[in-house]
Amino acid sequence: MFGDWHQLWVIVSNPDNVPVVALLFLVPFFTWFGLYQGVKNDRLIARLEADPELARTHHRKTQPYHPTWAKEVHVWPYLLRMELLVAIILTVILLVWALTINAPLEEPANAAITMNPAKAPWYFLGLQEMLEYFDPWIAGVVMPTLIILGLMAIPFIDANPLGNGYYTYRQRRFAVWTFLVGLEGLWIMLMLIGTFIRGPGFMWFWPTQTWDPDRIEFQANRNLDQLFGINGDWLRHLLPASWNAEIWAKGLFGIIPVALYFLVAAWVFYKVINATPFSRKVFGRMSLVQTVVMELLLILMLSLPLTIFLRLLFRIKYVWETPWFSI
Amino acid sequence: MPEENRGNPKTDLLEQGEGKVQALKHWFRTKLDEQTEELKRPEDTQLYKAFFRVGRVDDARNRALHTLNNLFLHIHPTKVNRDAVRYSYTWGMGGISFYLFIILTFTGVLLMFYYHPTKVQAFRDILYLEHDVPFGLQLRNMHRWAAHLMVLAVWLHMLRVFLTGSYKRPREFNWCIGVLLLVLTMLLSFTGYLLPDDQLGFWAVTVGTNMGRATPLLGSQGPFGPQLGMTSYNDVRFALLGGSIVDANALLRAYIWHCIALPLMISIFFGVHFWRVRKDGGASGPSPVMLESEIRD
Repeated sequence: MFGDWHQLWVIVSNPDNVPVVALLFLVPFFTWFGLYQGVKNDRLIARLEADPELARTHHRKTQPYHPTWAKEVHVWPYLLRMELLVAIILTVILLVWALTINAPLEEPANAAITMNPAKAPWYFLGLQEMLEYFDPWIAGVVMPTLIILGLMAIPFIDANPLGNGYYTYRQRRFAVWTFLVGLEGLWIMLMLIGTFIRGPGFMWFWPTQTWDPDRIEFQANRNLDQLFGINGDWLRHLLPASWNAEIWAKGLFGIIPVALYFLVAAWVFYKVINATPFSRKVFGRMSLVQTVVMELLLILMLSLPLTIFLRLLFRIKYVWETPWFSI
Repeated sequence: MPEENRGNPKTDLLEQGEGKVQALKHWFRTKLDEQTEELKRPEDTQLYKAFFRVGRVDDARNRALHTLNNLFLHIHPTKVNRDAVRYSYTWGMGGISFYLFIILTFTGVLLMFYYHPTKVQAFRDILYLEHDVPFGLQLRNMHRWAAHLMVLAVWLHMLRVFLTGSYKRPREFNWCIGVLLLVLTMLLSFTGYLLPDDQLGFWAVTVGTNMGRATPLLGSQGPFGPQLGMTSYNDVRFALLGGSIVDANALLRAYIWHCIALPLMISIFFGVHFWRVRKDGGASGPSPVMLESEIRD
């Protein structure tokens, strides 16, 4: 049933969801705030690039400037008073928040009664949402490891020397886009889906749709090989009789779409990285290892939305199925 | 003293005494005045100097010494980029995260006074905290919301550092430390989730640790795990929970990770993080913009 605004209110007013609701406003605000300053800097950069004489003499910041002003100010009191102020405001916010909203406490833990929906804390809902699309070893282990390693790799694969210590968009288009897509388009988006969309049984409920615990979902997911009718018939007479031809056929078939995806995605990213003269210049600074690591991380990152897309639109479960792992 | 008594030996003594009292009074008054004056300038007292080491004369040297000579303030440089003091550049998110960690440590220690990590008592302790301990409910609420807020602040801090390109040379290493701090923050929050021993924490941790079961090679249900002899009684999930189900041992382990191991680890990484911020040249900006034509290879 749609139009159940009370259901939406129940989700939004859940005390543990307060940070998620706050995030709905904070993340867009700070993204805007950062990019707004970036655009201001970009305008300054354009002016300076056009006028080398100005570039030699300009102080090169958008902040107010006067030649007689000191470049640095004392930490005591100029920074410390800010810190004190922020600490006081934050303490007040926390006190009021804690006075008005109580931390949730459910019934005592009971292994015999399953919570429905059983959800992870909000900051891990992105991972739980991934579990819907990938086997647990990918969603719960490989992906988090890749996220952590990928984040750590960023400084070492970003060969663009511009934009160090100031907001900018035009000097770092690709980097900004990649990061925002990763953080907000994937991580936070999946978290929001996990919070607002996933109801009992972790099933998909649109906003204002009643969370019906008795709902049964008929989901006919197929594997890609089933779509192509791979059953190993033509392979059977080529293999020894003791080998299971169907498993072999499926295993071999699965390599094709995965390899194809890797090649196409690598090519697309290569084209994107080389789209403008400046990006070609940055690419020219990258070593082979940097390029390979970056391509690999980007390809794996893109595989997440692609898999979600295949699942939600075409109801495809695995593209590559083997007895040991399936992707 | 009456005139007719002058020279009377009987009153001499009285006269002398009166003179001495006058002198004493005068001495006392001047001393009092002197010392009240001194008290008006507490910064000159020995007590003050013993505490603060730096005089209160407001000059550049003393301002610098204030930060330099104080254990808690010396993580700051004595001077900073004038534009970095504005809120717009740093958003203050790193500092906010650290301040929240201090609040969490404070409220957390107080909560520990009332909490036993055992199946029998844990849940009852929370009820006791909420209903009987003075300000117990407020304490628990503040701990919970500060934890949520810290996760949020750390994310926003990362967003700011990325958008300003502050991970670039020479700050690459510190970015990596920051990623570890992010992970530790989320793990701290997650281990705390189980401690009330209610349905919410129990099922969240059940869902979370079930993923551990699927670890490749090390999990009983992960790829190549069974082939390597992994079962529910010896795999990585067993190590996390201290058992094959979320029970008393899991509660104890979560408690120890939450209150001892992870805070210790995060504190050490905090130290490295702050130290590297200073060594890498302080806040990254706002620095003057660089032009494309100025790239040197």
